[in-house]
Amino acid sequence: MRREPLTVTDREAVGPYTLLRVERGGLDPGLPGQFFMLEAPGRLLPRPMSLCLAPPRELGFLIDPIGPGTQALCALEPGAEIHVFGPLGNGFRLDVERPLLVGGGIGIAPLPYLSQRLGEPPAVLGFRSEWHAEAAALVPNAEVVVEPTLVTDCCLQGFDVLACGPEPMLEALRAVCPGAQLAWEAPMACGYGACYGCAVELDGEWKRLCVEGPVLSVAA
Amino acid sequence: MLLNASGCLDALTAPDTARQLDAFVTKTVTPLPRGGNPPVRIAETDVGMLNSIGLANPGREAFLAETLPRLRELGLPLWVSVGGFSAAEYAETCASLEGVTIELNLSCPNVDEAPESAAEIVAACRAATSLPLYAKLSPASWDVASVARAVEDAGADGLSLVNTLRGMKLGPDLRPVLGTGTGGLSGPALKPVALAAVYACFQATELPIVGMGGVATGGDALDLLAAGATAVALGTVLFSDPSAPARIRAELAAELAARGLSSPEQATGSAHSEALPTRKHLDLGSRV
Repeated sequence: MRREPLTVTDREAVGPYTLLRVERGGLDPGLPGQFFMLEAPGRLLPRPMSLCLAPPRELGFLIDPIGPGTQALCALEPGAEIHVFGPLGNGFRLDVERPLLVGGGIGIAPLPYLSQRLGEPPAVLGFRSEWHAEAAALVPNAEVVVEPTLVTDCCLQGFDVLACGPEPMLEALRAVCPGAQLAWEAPMACGYGACYGCAVELDGEWKRLCVEGPVLSVAA
Repeated sequence: MLLNASGCLDALTAPDTARQLDAFVTKTVTPLPRGGNPPVRIAETDVGMLNSIGLANPGREAFLAETLPRLRELGLPLWVSVGGFSAAEYAETCASLEGVTIELNLSCPNVDEAPESAAEIVAACRAATSLPLYAKLSPASWDVASVARAVEDAGADGLSLVNTLRGMKLGPDLRPVLGTGTGGLSGPALKPVALAAVYACFQATELPIVGMGGVATGGDALDLLAAGATAVALGTVLFSDPSAPARIRAELAAELAARGLSSPEQATGSAHSEALPTRKHLDLGSRV
């Protein structure tokens, strides 16, 4: 992992989200599901973002402008420079036989890069509106639902599930998908194990999502 | 001398950052393991950040058996932050330590306090160990200097100033963002508070002072030295910049050189010598 000032190369609206591209510099894109801390201009703390796209010489991040930090990131103009630190944490294991990608809302952020690395396996994506579902175009071979649908109603049997999305969706998958790889999220200050802000209690054990996650496997 | 503030760095997961420091301060160790407070534990505000970690730590036994030996392998001087819920608990942990400096966390805003006063806890620890004892005080006291004098009389060898201040953030739903409602406020908002506390304690005691609170640049570190600190600790800045110690050290050297000072020691307390003529000048003015 390294921390470098990187230049913004492009900013593109994808539904309500923004796809922000920065020069890769000397940073390694890492594994899908790993994340980077992005300096949010004018804010005290950087923001954790999983890598969405890894084109040559670039890093792409899908950002939902929900607060002052993410709004500052989505307002960056090409040519602006921000510090980027990563890759951080543990990503998805790619040694799976029958991958099925499952994503909900902004949780689809790491799935485009994951899809690329796994050879574009099938995906099931859920969004709250057609507008939000425009982001589904980033994930090949995706079945998209906009009507409220329980993730457990999807045909998960026989698949190696790799998922990222809202906590209730992940909790539902944890209950029915032994061996599934789930990417969790929590507010964090540092991204490298210093602040203990992102610690969550799972199965009676406290884990810092930034160093022990964000991708955690469900016990098989 | 540059340190980290307790709880703001894990030297085992970030040894490269720890090695930029002159000494590493551990996360607070309590007698029993603590998972810590429920999420949400972190909230950014417009002037700083709030944390409600709640002294998460593996407990004294696991710390001594597993964490401390691994920390010693780093080859850095170690400060162990000691916490507890009674003077006896603090003292027991102090008695179990060797070859480190001890910082007594007397002021965590996120957990219940021991019933004894800071001075009583320091006295109990003094009786239990001959290791250097630093007392980390809260800036929330209306007279931190009197607390500093009391812990000095009780046998403290130094002061760590300051811990975080209790604060709150509300979300768009007008409910507290943090799982515990309140948390410790750190970052830029804390710097003026730290300066005032260091300044007051420098005048009130003879003790060396580790100054901390909102240090993000070499200029901030110089301010704390001038107020009376003999060492500076970095906290929130480490969260956004793991290379902050090296950067701040270089910036501080440049700030000192620009003022014709050859060492940080020469800057310590300089705000006080400047203050004397200013006070005299004000007295003269009042007579006119």
